This record gives sequence, C-alpha cells and structure tokens, in this order.
Amino acid sequence: MANWVPLWLHRLGSPPVFYRFAGAVRPWALGLAIVLAGVALYGGLFVAPADYQQGDAYRIIFLHVPSAWMSLFIYGAMAVAAFVGLVWRIKIAEVVAMESAPVGAAFTFITLVTGSLWGKPMWGTWWTWDARLTSELVLLFIYLGVIGLYHSFEDRRQGARAASFLVLVGAVNVPIVHFSVNWWNTLHQGSTVRLLGPSHIETSMLWPLLTMMAATKLYYVASLFARVRADLIASEGGKGWVRELLAGRDGDAA
Amino acid sequence: MNPTRKRRLAIVVSVVVAAVVAVGLIVFALQRNMNYLFTPSQVQEGQATQYPTFRLGGMVKAGSIQRAADSLKVSFIVVDDAGAMPVEYTGILPDLFRDNQSVIATGRMDSGRFIASEVLAKHDENYMPKELKDAMAKAHENRKIDDKAMKDPQP
Repeated sequence: MANWVPLWLHRLGSPPVFYRFAGAVRPWALGLAIVLAGVALYGGLFVAPADYQQGDAYRIIFLHVPSAWMSLFIYGAMAVAAFVGLVWRIKIAEVVAMESAPVGAAFTFITLVTGSLWGKPMWGTWWTWDARLTSELVLLFIYLGVIGLYHSFEDRRQGARAASFLVLVGAVNVPIVHFSVNWWNTLHQGSTVRLLGPSHIETSMLWPLLTMMAATKLYYVASLFARVRADLIASEGGKGWVRELLAGRDGDAA
Repeated sequence: MNPTRKRRLAIVVSVVVAAVVAVGLIVFALQRNMNYLFTPSQVQEGQATQYPTFRLGGMVKAGSIQRAADSLKVSFIVVDDAGAMPVEYTGILPDLFRDNQSVIATGRMDSGRFIASEVLAKHDENYMPKELKDAMAKAHENRKIDDKAMKDPQP
C-alpha cells in the first residue's frame, strides 16, 4: 500500500485486528446510541412544541427524517467501501460494504413505513408515485438486490465482487433521491434541514432531530461491527487466528 | 499503484461513468413528461389535453370552498400565479385542506371543470410552534400597517 496511508489504517485492514477493534468499539457505540435515542425521543415527543400546521402529528419526523438520512448515508458508506474493495481487493472493505446493505435496507424500510403513516393523515394517501417516494422505493430494491446477489454465490468473495458492482451502479440513485423534490413537481415537500443556509425548522424542534441523527449513526456503527465480526468468523473459519480465538474462549470457559 | 490495480480502477471507473451517463440521459429524456402534476395555467394552455386523467396542483383560492348541505360534495377553485380552475370533488378531504393550502387533485376535465376523484394536501417544509407562527403573522400585519402609515402623507 502507498506510503501516505497511516500505519494504523493499514493494520486495520487485517481481519484479526479489525475483529478486535470492532469488538472494543461496538458496546460503546450501542450504549451511546441507546442513550441519545432516548434523549431525542423525550425531546421530540414531550419537550418540542406542536407544529403550527400539523399539530402533534408532525412528531413522526423524529423517526422518519433520521431514517431517511441514514438510508442515503449508509448507501454512500457502502459505495465507498465497495469501490475500495473492488480496486484494492481489501477483504475488510468488501465485508463492510456487504454487511452495510441489510442495515441500510432496514432504515429504508422504516423510512417508507413511517412516511406512509405520516402521509395518510396529512396528505390524504398512504402512497403516491411521486419522484421522492418512488426513488426511495427503488433504493430499497437496490439494497435488496445487493443482499441477494452477495448470497447467491458459493464463494463469498466472488459474491462480494459482483454485488459491489451493483452497489456502484446503483449509487446514481442516491442524488436522484436527494434532489427529486427540486427536479420535479412532487407531493413531498422540499428539504427542511440544510447543511448550507438556514433550516426551515425551529430550534426547539431541531435539536431532537439532530440528536436522533447522531443516535442512528452510532447504531449503524454498532450494528455494522457486529455483522462484520460474524461475517469474518464465518469466512475466515479455517484460519489460525479464528482457531486461536475459539480455543482461547474454550479455555476461559473451562 | 501497480498495473493490476490501475486496470481494476479503470474498469470500475468506466462502469460507474457509463451508469451515470445512462441514467443521466434517461432522467433528461423523462424530464419533460415526468411531471407529477399540471398547474391550472398549464392546463389552460392545453398541455394536459393528451391525458384522459391527470393531476392538477395549485393553491385553494381563499373563500372559494363551497360545501353541499346534503352530501360530501365540495367545490373550490385551484389557482396558481397565472391561472384558475374550478374543481368538484365528492368525498373526505385531508385534515390540511383549507383556504390557501396547496392541493393536488387527480381527475379529469369535464366541460371546463375539473372533476376530482382524489384530493391530496401538500404541506411546506417549515416547522414551527403555533405561538411563533402567530407572532410572525402579527409582526407581518404590523409592518403592513406601518408601510401604509409611511405612505400616507403626513399632515
């Protein structure tokens, strides 16, 4: 690997090192995610005031919007990992990409369900084929396609390589989801929270939303690391470090 | 970077570029006829004549909502900045349906009137407490009065 890559990052590419690192980080990430989600739900459901237009029904935003952000963020992370895995054939990158897909699919599913529950009372319909809703549904199908393709090969690495190409091709959908509300006339409204410029939401409603965003990010890390550890144990089953690990465990138990 | 990786990088990048170009062309081609709705002025220009049913989007004109006394029939006028279209609908309306609300109605044209089979309410991306909204509306009104006062010639 090139000289500019720091040594610790290089070392993290080794399965046993990543396994131990993920094991150390996971409980902290999960614990912090639960605490932050609790704070965000309390802030969103009890502290934040009702909306002038939608009343209390808007409170589903604290689940819907962070899930929608995660559905796109995880796709981005998965695409970067798939790219690194395809070009440099780093095993950890392939595993990270493939194990991100189920988490991303789950967030996409939550986004679609909460959006549907929100749409019925406010818009008057559970579902409509507007550009934002349709492109988010396509995102779910791409996630499911990646999961399916990965598991349809006998050899895991071969499956990861094929599915990584699907991930990169499917990445064109991510900007379409994001900009759909600007490019076309849609029933779905535009973005409320903006990175550039002022957000269209009052501060008392914004902070629970951002707290929930941090919680979902940490949950992704915790969930991903657990999945990667399980995947590594399965795919490296014959290697020395896994045997040592399992032997050590047995020794502890005895 | 060694030659194998360079070759892989070239393959991966070309696949991604090909996908982006293909989807870009599709989106560009669909841009004109992928509109979810037509505005009243677009309908009056005749842009929607080729569709037996289509969606009409715009604002409910303030004071135009008329409800029948003995049925769920309701009629109102949908406007945009340049056109207006009378709409008839029979059924239950969403909670947000009211004067000056953006709505999207699905239906067909019948002798100059739009007969809707479904009416959806569209809301904007702003979220704020009611007190703040009221305060803003009040400030807005006060400013209007101030503007008026400014324009009046001082005695």
